Amino acid sequence: MVKDQEFLEKKASYCLSLAKKLGATDSSIIVKNSISETVNFRNKKLDESNRSDDLGLSITTYIGKKKSSISSSNLLNDNLNILIEKCIETTKNTPEDEFNSLPDRDLFAKEVKDLNLYDETHIENNQKIDYLKKLEAAASSDKKIVNTESSFTQNKSNFVLANSEGFCDGYKTSSFTASSVTVAKDEKSMERDYEYSSKCFLKDLDDADELGNLAANQTIRKLSPKKIGSEKIAIIFDKRIAKGVLSTFASAISSSAISRGTSFLKDKVNQKIFSDKINVFDKPDMLKGLGSRNFDSEGVKTDTLKLVDQGILKHYLIDTYNGKKLNLKSNGRCGGTSNLYFENGNISFKDLLNSNSKSLYITETIGHGSNIVTGDYSVGATGFLIEKGEFKYPINEITIAGNFKDMFQNITLANDLEFKYATNSPTMLIEGMVVAGK
Amino acid sequence: MSHMSNFFEKSDVSRKEAESIISDTLQKCDDGELYLENSKSESILLDDNKIKNSSYNSDLGFGFRAISDEVVAYSHSNEISKNSLKQSSENLKSTLKSVKGTYNHEIPKSNKKYYDNINPIEQKSLNEKIKILNDVNDYLRSKGDKVKQVTANFLGEQKSVEIIRSGGETLSDVRPLVRFNVSVMVEKDGRKETGVYGVGGRQSYDSYLKDENWKSVCDEALRIASVNLESKPAPAGEMKVVLGPGWPAILIHEAVGHGLEGDFNRKKTSAFHNLMGQKVASEGVTIIDDGTIDNRRGSLTIDDEGTPTEKTVLIENGILKNFMQDRLNARLMKTRSTGSGRRENYRHIVLPRMRNTMMLSGKQTQEEMIKSVDKGIFAVSFGGGQVDITSGKFVFNCTEAYEIVNGKIGSPIKGATLIGDGPSILKEVSMVGNDMMMDPGIGTCGKAGQGVPVGVAQPSILIDKMTVGGTKL
Repeated sequence: MVKDQEFLEKKASYCLSLAKKLGATDSSIIVKNSISETVNFRNKKLDESNRSDDLGLSITTYIGKKKSSISSSNLLNDNLNILIEKCIETTKNTPEDEFNSLPDRDLFAKEVKDLNLYDETHIENNQKIDYLKKLEAAASSDKKIVNTESSFTQNKSNFVLANSEGFCDGYKTSSFTASSVTVAKDEKSMERDYEYSSKCFLKDLDDADELGNLAANQTIRKLSPKKIGSEKIAIIFDKRIAKGVLSTFASAISSSAISRGTSFLKDKVNQKIFSDKINVFDKPDMLKGLGSRNFDSEGVKTDTLKLVDQGILKHYLIDTYNGKKLNLKSNGRCGGTSNLYFENGNISFKDLLNSNSKSLYITETIGHGSNIVTGDYSVGATGFLIEKGEFKYPINEITIAGNFKDMFQNITLANDLEFKYATNSPTMLIEGMVVAGK
Repeated sequence: MSHMSNFFEKSDVSRKEAESIISDTLQKCDDGELYLENSKSESILLDDNKIKNSSYNSDLGFGFRAISDEVVAYSHSNEISKNSLKQSSENLKSTLKSVKGTYNHEIPKSNKKYYDNINPIEQKSLNEKIKILNDVNDYLRSKGDKVKQVTANFLGEQKSVEIIRSGGETLSDVRPLVRFNVSVMVEKDGRKETGVYGVGGRQSYDSYLKDENWKSVCDEALRIASVNLESKPAPAGEMKVVLGPGWPAILIHEAVGHGLEGDFNRKKTSAFHNLMGQKVASEGVTIIDDGTIDNRRGSLTIDDEGTPTEKTVLIENGILKNFMQDRLNARLMKTRSTGSGRRENYRHIVLPRMRNTMMLSGKQTQEEMIKSVDKGIFAVSFGGGQVDITSGKFVFNCTEAYEIVNGKIGSPIKGATLIGDGPSILKEVSMVGNDMMMDPGIGTCGKAGQGVPVGVAQPSILIDKMTVGGTKL
């Protein structure tokens, strides 16, 4: 069982009062316990079991405008005494920064709603094994599949966030995650792909057969890929890749990148950065949402934000420190976005495939090719050639490149949004990107 | 004898009791151990003209592992107590229900050490570190108005590990590690570019920063940023690529290194699994993975299973000779561990990983290579890379590159991704330079969610055909 609220609150208040006694003018602390149990299968047999029990805390102390922090997984009071003393010493020796402070008092979350983020259900390892047996049987039913690796994880967490302003709150969350990675082989090639499902509640998890079949089919269709020539071509991003475009957008509007001047979206609030039809939401209070939360990592309340309204950027993602620097109020985004998504477009997936006589459908990208300073984008990619709305053949060993400033203006979205991750996008078409191949 | 962490000093379980729980849990297993770890680390960050962050982390915990045939059971906790050890033991036994293995006790012994037992965090005061960071900021900002942002940081760590095996055999190591990084953003005519450089390894901060050596780190970061201000769009398509010496060896790391790790080959999911003894690279190409170079970031006295590290020849004169192995994959593939069993920390299982991966020098000069290229690119510095083990396709991102036109180095080009095919790329190597160089000591390799410090080295090389992912057709 994860540690209860009482235990975590006791540790938090011990540390806060010790920090105060040693001279801190302010302090904040997070104490967290997380227990995960994982079972892995490989080729229809048990491969690994893994149990992890992580208990840790992180405390930040302020002396006026000086600040420092420590974290530790050793919660014995003896050790905490030494560490907090060290933290205060370091704080004293760290230069002042006028923007260092706890959040403004009126911004703290006041009510904590039950967002349905915790499932009491405990799934024993032998039940996980039953699920994985079914999954792997489905995944390996085709002879072209030569290797399967699947995994089932149950995670239960609890935390308390507290500070010297009297904020003290936290709640339990749970997740159940199943995944399957399959390898397919033919005379010419060997390819890998995967499928995955993660939910707050066990009963919402995808069916094992369905997950296994999807993983296998997505892998088999990649066999015997070709390399194509270099050209300018319309790119369609599968949902699992399209969400990455949204993540890059989120890092580029984070108040830290804006205040440091290292984002291509600096000074773009109230300007049109996407095409007219694009709306982006960040909605923290979604029931059972994988990114849902009641407050951010500083205790600041989080409201739903319409970040982009008909193509126009409306908000940055603001925390206390960078907000003070930019002379803006925190909007509860310390630690990033919650449930971030593009609103559905108005054409079907099928019409999206048909909107160009020839396009590339991308199912996987590799490399770290997004530069948020310049907006330049260049990654390795794998996918399929689409002609007249039909999947023709698989493609690999190509790169796709462009600049986000142009890419954002050329996005068309399908109407197939689903909430599979914390950040989600419908299938996405971007015109005018460059493919490098042969 | 060096000072070690005494993991049982403040615990309700004595070393003897712990040993008996270990022996009892592992008695019918094929392998396993109790891994204990105590690490202290610091991070001091200057950003935007201020000390943004000074933090200290102290982490303590154990990972208990039992292996029977191919099945691994693992349990970890950050509470070193009788209760917690027993709970872990029960958890392992419940996974491995009917074990009847033979416990393999044999771990080779060595007295060699590749770094000193120091705590780099304590060797330099906080005030001295803050002073250097402020000096870095002042120095770079004095270089002209175009410097708009400076970030610099110190990362230091001391990690003590102890491995207790069935029967009480104990192996231990104390590992220092430091890194100093500088990142600078410049702006000219509305255009912004960044340059990043760093140094590090398993010695004191001063070994890397003495005699104002931090200035040369700043100069290099600023030089890269300034070159990029003048860069034009990169070409798109297949062409010849000359790689500079040193850090560009992450090509070797991604293209062939990962594919030669034992686990992927035992599971036959690596594009290399059936190529042992065959020609996988051009003649003259020799690649080793070496954990034994003094004070290097990727070096280890013993790996995380207690096996002394070694210099492993992976490819010799073009022929595939060895995979990198931990104990589990070595046993199942009927070979020996190469001392490559590593983990990020006690929260993670051991995997076969790289240490310092190096392509050795050949006979040609960089000048000859560039002269021989009519149209291509010269890549000097890289960001990161990634590989798909199964298809063998890998990428890496240039952070400093130039076009080559008619045998001469031309304009700098924008950062672009290069993509290639691991099993065939080394056959496209047509010249190997005489200028092998180690990287500056900043690499971290990620695999299965675990990051471990690594090194790379190579001479200049000429690759006859690679796809460059630019935007200019």
